[in-house]
Amino acid sequence: MIGEIGQFSLIVALAFALVGATLPHVGAHRGNIRLMALADRAVLAQFLMAVTAFAALTYAFVTSDFSVVNVAANSHSLKPMLYKISGVWGNHEGSLLFWVLILTLFGALVSWRGKNLPLRFRSRVLAVQSLLVVGFLSFILFTSNPFLRLDPAPLDGSGLNPLLQDPGLAFHPPMLYLGYVGLSIAFSFAVAALLEGEVTPLWARWVRPWALLAWTFLTGGIALGSWWAYYELGWGGWWFWDPVENASFMPWLAATALLHSAIVVEKRDALKSWTILLAIVAFSFSLLGTFLVRSGVITSVHAFATDPARGIFILGFLGLVIGGSMALYAWRAPKLVPGGLFGIVSRESGLVLNNIFLSTFAAVVLVGTLYPLFVEAAGAGQITVGPPFFEFAAMILMSPLIVALGFGPLLSWKRGKLSRAAQIAFPALVVALVAATVLVWKTSGGYVMTAFGFGLALWLLASVLLEIAGRIKLWQAPARALSRLTKSSRAQWGMSLAHGGLGIMLLGITISEAFTSEQLLVMAPGDTATVAGYDFKFDGVAPVAGPNYSAVRGFFEVSENGETMTTLMPEDRVYTNPVMNTTEAAIYPLLPGDLYAVVGEAAGAGRWSVRLYFKPLISGIWLGAIMMMIGGILSLSDRRLRIGMPAGKRAVVSVKQPLQSEGAV
Amino acid sequence: MIRYLVLVFSVFAFTLAVHAVAVDEKPLADPVQEARARALMKEFRCLVCQNQSIEDSNAELAQDLRMIVRERIALGDSSDNVRAYMVDRYGDWVLLRPPLKSSTYFLWGSPFLVVLIILLVVMRKRRSAAAVPQPLSDDETARLAQLLEDDT
Repeated sequence: MIGEIGQFSLIVALAFALVGATLPHVGAHRGNIRLMALADRAVLAQFLMAVTAFAALTYAFVTSDFSVVNVAANSHSLKPMLYKISGVWGNHEGSLLFWVLILTLFGALVSWRGKNLPLRFRSRVLAVQSLLVVGFLSFILFTSNPFLRLDPAPLDGSGLNPLLQDPGLAFHPPMLYLGYVGLSIAFSFAVAALLEGEVTPLWARWVRPWALLAWTFLTGGIALGSWWAYYELGWGGWWFWDPVENASFMPWLAATALLHSAIVVEKRDALKSWTILLAIVAFSFSLLGTFLVRSGVITSVHAFATDPARGIFILGFLGLVIGGSMALYAWRAPKLVPGGLFGIVSRESGLVLNNIFLSTFAAVVLVGTLYPLFVEAAGAGQITVGPPFFEFAAMILMSPLIVALGFGPLLSWKRGKLSRAAQIAFPALVVALVAATVLVWKTSGGYVMTAFGFGLALWLLASVLLEIAGRIKLWQAPARALSRLTKSSRAQWGMSLAHGGLGIMLLGITISEAFTSEQLLVMAPGDTATVAGYDFKFDGVAPVAGPNYSAVRGFFEVSENGETMTTLMPEDRVYTNPVMNTTEAAIYPLLPGDLYAVVGEAAGAGRWSVRLYFKPLISGIWLGAIMMMIGGILSLSDRRLRIGMPAGKRAVVSVKQPLQSEGAV
Repeated sequence: MIRYLVLVFSVFAFTLAVHAVAVDEKPLADPVQEARARALMKEFRCLVCQNQSIEDSNAELAQDLRMIVRERIALGDSSDNVRAYMVDRYGDWVLLRPPLKSSTYFLWGSPFLVVLIILLVVMRKRRSAAAVPQPLSDDETARLAQLLEDDT
C-alpha cells in the first residue's frame, strides 16, 4: 500500500511538473499574472509529492518490506538501521528519487525565499526548474521505478554492497547530490536570464549563494569520498582519477569558476555572458556525471546499474538540456549588453585568469575521461588515460592558477597596480623560494617536483596571511589592526579560509605523495617493525563478530622511543549478504602525519601479512577541504549574500540607478 | 569489443574489494632496482581492475604482473624495455600514461589548446566590449553634472 502511495505521488508530481514547466512561460510571454503565479504553486506541489514518495520508499526500507523489488535487492533485515536508511539512496532507483527530492526542494526554496524577485523572472526560473523535474521524473517512472513489486516476496533481501555500508559512504552521495542539484538553480537562473534577455548585478547576487551552496556541498561530498577511499580501500590511496571521480570533479571545477565570475558580475557588471555560459556548463557537467555513472558507458565500481535503455534515455535528456540551453545561449547571449570595463591589471583580470585555468582544467578532465572511448570508436586501438595524464594536466594548469591566486586578492578592482601587489606579496615569494630550495638541498635534488609543489603551497599560504595583514593595515597602523580584523566581513574571512584551505591541501598532497614510508611484511605475534621512526609491535589477531559480518582484528602497539602512543586495530571483514571481503584500515592521526595499518591474510604458522605506513601531513588534504567548506559557509552567512536577502529595497535602487543615469546622459 | 569489456568488468567489478595484502612476493634485493620496479608498477594498469595500477591492486593478475616487472628489472632490462615488453603483450591499454602518438596528440595537447582557445575568446570579447561606448558610472555622471553646473 505504502509503495503504491509512493508510485502515485510520483505520477502526480510529474503532472504538476508538466504544468509548472509550460504554463508559466505562456504567462510570462503574454503578461498573464495568474499563469505566472502558477509556477510557485506547481513547485510546492512537486516538492510535497516528492517528499511523500521519498518517505514511502524510506518506510519500505526501514520496515524491510521485501515485496518491493528495490528493497529486496538492496537491503537485508540484519543491516544496521543507519544502512537501512542510507540504502534508500545507495542504489540506482533510490538515488534518482533522492535527486528529484532535492531538485524540487531547491525549487520550493527559490519560490519561498524569492518573493522579492520580479514575478516574471521568478516564474521563468521555476518553469525551467520544473522542466528538469519532468526529465528526471520521466526517467524514474519509465526506466527506473523504485516501487516495483515482487510477488512472492522473498524471505530476506540480498543486502547492500558492503563497501557502501560505511558512515563515510552513507553521506557521500547525498552531499554530492546536493551539490549537483544546487547547480541546477544556477542553470535555471541562467536560462531564465537568457529568455528575458537581461543579466543584472541583482541576478548575480541571486545566483552566487546557490553556486556557493552547491560548491560547498560538492567540496564536502568529494572530500568525504576520497576520505572513504583512504581508510577503506586499504593502501592509503585517496584519489584515482577514476571516471566517476572525474564526473564529480568537473562540476566542482566549473562551480568554482562560476563562483568567482559571479563576483565580477555582481561587483562590476562585467563578464555577464561568460558567467551565464559557466552556469550552463556547470550543471551540464552534473548531468554528464550522472550519465557517466548511471549509463555504464564508462564502467566503474560506482556504476551499480548498467542498462542500455537507461543510457539512451539519459543521453537523450542530456542532449536536450545541454543542446537546448547552448542553442539558446548562442541565440540570446550576443544580445546581452556588455558591462563594465577593467584594466589588464585588476581584480577582475585576476578572476578572469582564475576562470580560464579552472574551465580549461575542467575541459581537459573531460577530454581525458572520454578519450579512450573516442580512440576506440575511431578504431585506433584501446588506450588508458590514467593518473599520469591528469597529474600532468593538473600541474600545467594549476601551477599558474596558484601563482595568480597569490596576487589576485591583492589587486584592486577596475585598475590595480601590479607593483603594489608585488610589494605586498614579496615576502611570500621569499618564503616559497627558501622552502623549495631547502627541500631540494635536503634531499640532494631528489625531489625537484615536490619542492615545486611545496613552494607553491607555501607561497599561497603566505600570501593569504599577507592579504589579511594588508587588509587590516597590520604594519601601517598596528594599534587599530585588531579592530579592523574584527570588522572584516564574513565574505572576506570566507575567501581567506578557502584559499588557505587550498594551500593546506596542496601541502598535504605534495608531502604525503613524496615522503610516505611503507612496509609490507609478514609478521608473527611479538614481532616489531619500524616505519619512519615509529615502532609497530604486532600483538596478534582476534576474531570479531559484527552485526552482519565477521572479522579478523589485528593489534599493533605503536611506540616512539619506547613510549607507547596507541594501539592500532585494523580489521579484515567478511560480509555475509552479499559475501564480500573488505578492509578496515586503522589510522591514528598525529601532527606530523598519519600512522596507518592494514591486516591481510594469514600466512601460516600464526603469521599474518600486514601493510604499515607513515603518511606525513596527509590529513592536510581533508583539513584543507574542511577549511574550504567552512569558508563557503562563512561566505554564505555574510549578510549581503544571505539567501533570499539580496533583493532588499536598497539593492533594487542601486541597480536601477545606472539605468536612470544612462537615460539622463 | 566494448560489450566484451563490460562483461569482463562486471565479472571483476568487485575485485577492488578484495584486499588481501600481498607480501608473499619478494622485493628485489637491490634497493635501487626495487625502487625502479616500484616506480614502473605505478605506470601499468591492473587489467582486471578499475583504473588501478598494478602497484595499488591486490588482484592475482596484478601480483603476477608485479612479478614480471621485477623479473625483467632483475634481468637487467631498462625501464623502457620493460614498458615495451608489457605493451607487446597487453597493448597500449596496459599503460596508464597514454603513449604520445598520432591518436593521442590531441589528448596531450589539450591543456595548451584549450587555454589558447579560451584566451583568444577572452581577448576578442575584450576588444568588442571596448568598442561599445560605455555608460558613465555614477561618479562620472556626478562629475559631469558638476562640470556642467560650474560652466553655467
